[in-house]
Order: sequence, then structure tokens, then C-alpha cells
Amino acid sequence: MEKVIAGTSVKINEEGYLTEFAQWNTQIGTELAKEANIDMTPRHWEVITYLQTEFKNEVPLSIRKIGKSGVVDIKEFYQLFPIAPLKTASKIAGIPKPASCI
Amino acid sequence: MKRMLILGAGTAGTMMANHLHKELNSKEWEIDVIDEQETHYYQPGYLFLPFDIYEPEDIVKPIKDFIPRGVNLIQDQIDRIVPEEQYVAMTNGDRLHYDLLIIATGAKIAPEETEGMLGAEWKKSIFDFYTFEGALDLRNKLRTWEGGNLVVHITEMPIKCPVAPLEFAFLADSYFKNKHMRDKVNITFVTPLSGAFTKPKATTTLQHLLDEKQIHIESDFAIEQIDNEQKTIIDYGGRSIPFDLLVTVPTNKGDDLIARSGLGDDLNFVPTDKGTLQSKAWPNIFVLGDATNIAASKAGSVAHFEAEILTENIKRYIAGEPLNAEFDGHANCFVETGNGKALLIDFNYTHEPVEGTFPLPGIGPLRLLKESRFNHMGKLAFRWIYWNMLLKGTHIPFVSTNMQEAGKEFA
Repeated sequence: MEKVIAGTSVKINEEGYLTEFAQWNTQIGTELAKEANIDMTPRHWEVITYLQTEFKNEVPLSIRKIGKSGVVDIKEFYQLFPIAPLKTASKIAGIPKPASCI
Repeated sequence: MKRMLILGAGTAGTMMANHLHKELNSKEWEIDVIDEQETHYYQPGYLFLPFDIYEPEDIVKPIKDFIPRGVNLIQDQIDRIVPEEQYVAMTNGDRLHYDLLIIATGAKIAPEETEGMLGAEWKKSIFDFYTFEGALDLRNKLRTWEGGNLVVHITEMPIKCPVAPLEFAFLADSYFKNKHMRDKVNITFVTPLSGAFTKPKATTTLQHLLDEKQIHIESDFAIEQIDNEQKTIIDYGGRSIPFDLLVTVPTNKGDDLIARSGLGDDLNFVPTDKGTLQSKAWPNIFVLGDATNIAASKAGSVAHFEAEILTENIKRYIAGEPLNAEFDGHANCFVETGNGKALLIDFNYTHEPVEGTFPLPGIGPLRLLKESRFNHMGKLAFRWIYWNMLLKGTHIPFVSTNMQEAGKEFA
């Protein structure tokens, strides 16, 4: 389905994740963060950029991997994105919900 | 003479030994299977052992009974694989050269990964049921437990048989009802996932069952530590859940020998092509079952479907033909729901479990994603199928290797 976020029409799935990463920009990210009650800071963006890089490299994401990434530890990851951080951060980053599980 | 080495004689390795023994020319190929254990465990039975539904002897048999004559079983410890030089180093110093290697070393629990899991309460009020010993210890605990907060908990994904923790919660509900003490027990199901299961339609059905059985769910819970004194589990966000009895599924990891060989990811699972089952690092190494990193369930049914495809691919590899990227992630799992009922799910990489009939489209007799007594009988009958057909690599009648779309109600 289509949704207008920050003035741009983007494709999203039923859970609100962007389905085409190419449509993402920082304004959209900021808007999606607001919906999750998060005010983005430079630290937030560092984590989002890391997630996007991993996504582009086709590396599956998990809480464990992020804890070992050297970018952020799990404790801080939770402080930045308090509720279901990996899912919330993935949504803000415009990448698919992590398939950490089957 | 060339040598095919199979590492691990669990469900996947045993099936491969049986398939390849039939398919490979014994004048050209020697087949060896290595496993340090002597006992083959029927792992689905671990779910039933704690509730006194199965006895220990129902689920153990000697490994050697299932290895065909003509295949050598080496019961000794592996140190590591040396792929550059195509040999397996044994702890006793032996070097076993191979031409083709199959890794089927499985997955196991790693409770040491979670702070406090192996603390003072381990085996007192903290139990696992993913090992034979764990399931048995839990049975003894449950026999005398007087009630309180039962917390059924998944540490992190991926785990073997992802539906087993839910089944445990359902069976616990039945067990305490039968003991006339359900009113003394609160059951909480704690998961790192956003809901009861990983796929939306099955999650809806399973959530309904949780509600019906008054099992409370705590989702998106990523455990940081267990406080043994307070008897609580605490997640990274600071959420804490008290328990009197914690039944946890610890982190699952591949075998340590994979790490020693430098062949694994951060959880010791081997990077594997999801269609051909060839290892990504070495063309003459193939991987199946729980040992792979592919996004399919870690379950015996998956290993069964993989074994059929891998056998074809190994024949092709030997003949110098291109491999078939055929494996579709097919899984087929009975889900025990308590009170002598079960439901059945059938799915693959791209199709989530939906309602329908199985294995014969429109006929059944098994119903997909619906509770029935017949499904439960199917689950119990499966133990016989496992020992007598599955391990021997016999094709199960009507059950296709790739998932069938007929007979299913896709929206």
C-alpha cells in the first residue's frame, strides 16, 4: 500500500515497513521516528546508518550482532530505541523487519 | 577409492548415510560417519518427557542400529576440519582425508551465553528441556512442584523446533489441569518475537489458543540477565518478570568444532547456500540439518527434505554436473496444543502456514492450522515413522520434498 510520509508517497507493508529502500530519505526516517515517539539525535543516526549498511551488504540483523558491532552496545541500543529496538530502528531505517526467526 | 565423510550421526547425518549408501558405487566410494556419542535421541520426545507422556526408554536407541552395513561408524571425538588440506583432525591425533565432506553436527544449547542462567538456581528453579538430561530433571521437578509462576522462555532466535516452547506452555496447561492444580499456576510465555510465532497467520491462531488457555504472553523480550536471588528475568530495556519455575530455551549454537575449524558465523552455524546446501566457503563441503545458517526451521522434517535434495546434488557434484538449487525451506511440524489435540503446519521460505488439508489436497486426513485429535495421533505415530522410515531415508508416502500449494487456503 501507499502512504504519504514527510510529503513523499512511499510503498509500505501492512506493518508499516517501507518495501522499497530506495524511497527512503532522512525526512521520512525522522517522521517514522516521531510515530514511535523517538526524537532523532546524531547518535540515533549513527545506528540507523549502520543498520542500512548491513542491509545493503545482505547481512541478516539480530540484537546479538548489533551488540558485537562495535557501533553500539545492546544497553545503549535499548536506551536509543526503548521498545522492540531492532524492529523500531529497522522501520525508521526503511529496511525490512528483521527475519531473525523462522 | 574416494572417501565421503559425514560428521554427526544425528537425524540429518544418519539419513545421509542411508541415502548415500544406496546411491553411491561402493567400489568407488567409502562412506564414514563420525560421532562421539553412542546414543541416538528422538529429540521431539524431549517435549513429552517432562509431562510423563513418554518414558526415557521410548526415545533412546543406539546410533549404530541406524547406520547401514557397509558404512563405517567412527565413535570418536573430532578436533577440527582442515578444509585447505581436505582432512578432519581427530582429538586422538588421527587425520582422516576426505574427498567430500558433509557437516551434520547439529545445534545445541549454550546457557552460558546468558548472565546468571547457570547460577545458583540452575536445576533448582531454572530448567531446560532441549537436552535429555534437562527434560528428565524437569520431569522430576514437575512431579513435586506445588505451583506458582511458571515462566516459559525463549532466549533468542534461531532455536531448534521454534514451536516447541509454545507446545510446552500448552502441554503445561493440560498437565496442571489433570493434576487439579491449574488454579495454583500462572503460566507466562516470554519471547523475543513480537508475537506467539514468526508467521502472521499462525500467530493469530496460536494467540487465540494462548488466550483460551489463559497463558499470558510477554513479547519483544530480549533477556539481559537472570537474577537468581530475586528469581526474575530482566531484559535490556529493564523489564523484569518474576518466576518460581523458569523453563528456558537457552541460546542455540552450532558445535564448537565449527568454531575451532573457522567455518561458522557468530553462533557457529555454517554459511550455506539455501538452495543447493553447498557450503559457501568450500565447494566439496555440504551442510544440512541444524548446522546450517539458512533461514529454514531447525527441525527434523527440514533435515528430511534437505537430505532428499542433497543426495541428488552430491550425485550431480560427483558427476561434474551443475547443482540443483531446489531446496525451498519446506518444514512440516505438528504443534501439540494439549488435551490430546494438535495442529499441523506446513510452510517454506516464501509461504507462511495457512489452513487446508494435508498431505492429500482437499482430503487430508490431517488438517492444517486447525486443532484436532487426529493431528495429535499423527504426532504420536510420527515416533514410529521416525525410527522406522525417516532415519533410514525411506520416502514418506504422499509427502513431497518441495512444499505443495494445492489444498491450502492462501488469501
